[in-house]
Amino acid sequence: MAKLSVSHLLGIKHLNLEDINLIFNTADHFKEVINRPIKKVPSLRDITIANLFFENSTRTKLSFELAEKRLSADIINFSAAQSSVKKGESLIDTANNILSMKVDIIVMRHPNEGAGDFLAKHVDAKIVNAGDGAHEHPTQALLDSYSIREKLGGVKGKKVVIVGDILHSRVALSNIYALKLQGAEVMLCGPTTLIPKFITKLGVRYEKDLRTALEWCDVANVLRVQHERMDVKYFPSIREYTQLFGINKELLNSIDKDIVIMHPGPINRGVELTSDVADSKQSIILNQVENGVAIRMAVIYLLAQQIKRD
Amino acid sequence: MARKTLLNEKEILIILNRLACQLIENHQDFSNTILIGIQPRGVFLADRLVKILQEDYQVKDIKLGKLDITFFRDDFRRREDPLSASTTNINFIVDNKNVVFIDDVLFSGRSIRAALTAIQAFGRPKNIELLVLIDRRFSRHLPIQPDYKGRQVDVIKDEQVKVEWKENEQKDRVCIVRPDTV
Repeated sequence: MAKLSVSHLLGIKHLNLEDINLIFNTADHFKEVINRPIKKVPSLRDITIANLFFENSTRTKLSFELAEKRLSADIINFSAAQSSVKKGESLIDTANNILSMKVDIIVMRHPNEGAGDFLAKHVDAKIVNAGDGAHEHPTQALLDSYSIREKLGGVKGKKVVIVGDILHSRVALSNIYALKLQGAEVMLCGPTTLIPKFITKLGVRYEKDLRTALEWCDVANVLRVQHERMDVKYFPSIREYTQLFGINKELLNSIDKDIVIMHPGPINRGVELTSDVADSKQSIILNQVENGVAIRMAVIYLLAQQIKRD
Repeated sequence: MARKTLLNEKEILIILNRLACQLIENHQDFSNTILIGIQPRGVFLADRLVKILQEDYQVKDIKLGKLDITFFRDDFRRREDPLSASTTNINFIVDNKNVVFIDDVLFSGRSIRAALTAIQAFGRPKNIELLVLIDRRFSRHLPIQPDYKGRQVDVIKDEQVKVEWKENEQKDRVCIVRPDTV
């Protein structure tokens, strides 16, 4: 069996196709495990994992925590809001203090791009990037591709449109890398103010008209409008955004094919997706959540395999 | 690598028939029994036994599952090669059932220990028995012994007992593989 070519999961950019296939194949087995009456295996019973969340998160944190518990790892949780970071402690001091507690793996979300890379260079633990600023969110991209593979039988040759706030999204960049690596065609759609300037250099197309984009694609991965990251107004009003880039049932019904709808959550219902679309049969949003646990189990398991005890 | 054949196709067939008869003797109609092939190689033996039980002895409705023990092993991260998982396929609850683990070779007993832990995810069996084709005597790390065994062999630590099946290796054969001597 192959092993991961990387010793940390910092971004999809560092992975190759074999890594992605290995993670998916391992996740297949964990998906079977989490559908058993007893959903736990003892593989990581002597591993300690610290979940460092310097930024708010609900589903990613819960998903990682559940994945770690189902592998029988010991876990400690840390949220910046209730910590010494508020007192001015540096990232490396925080991490080193936690490592002194004999932690083997760090799962970190951080508001600054590259925080995971920085930590990987300075501390002796496996690092899993759970989102760094608007840079990468590798496990989300992996679970998105895995969900597409599950629904459509493969990723290669599929047409995926990423709709919405690309500029502030770490999910978009990781998804672009992951989908391109697996041979999918990627298109971006959203207000021009929310599209990064040189993004088409990554081999993706841009389409400003949502209907044209939907008519082209097999899968629409809809992103949340990240108001909390916007320091200026990027579009005139939510109402206008919804009219131009919101997906509703009428629009979907008027297109002559069944597009798969995805969303990394949390959904602004009525803004980027209407409720009837989010809850429709075309939506695989809840499958994404289930697959998230299996993918995170696979990533942690494969990284833990590289930890050798003397 | 030097190979010495321990059992040929005919001998394996005789042993499989004997093991099938021993199972019938203890489990009769198999209504409360579940056979579990241990992945990856115990599954071939389990399939063969089920075929004999069904075709030669007309035992009906045998429940056969496949159990992968990769995530339950105690040598995770202690091996040079990464462990590769196989499929688990057990579509029934094993609560209060007689479970028979089936594996090709019993060596250190660690795989069976892992299987004993793994099966707990599917319920609490009434009892668990172990059937193996080859019992490598004097090599156990744990106090585990088979209830049914095809053949008992004594081989030194560096030697490997390899069971080959038609389905996979074109030939039914059990051989002892010796590392090259200098």
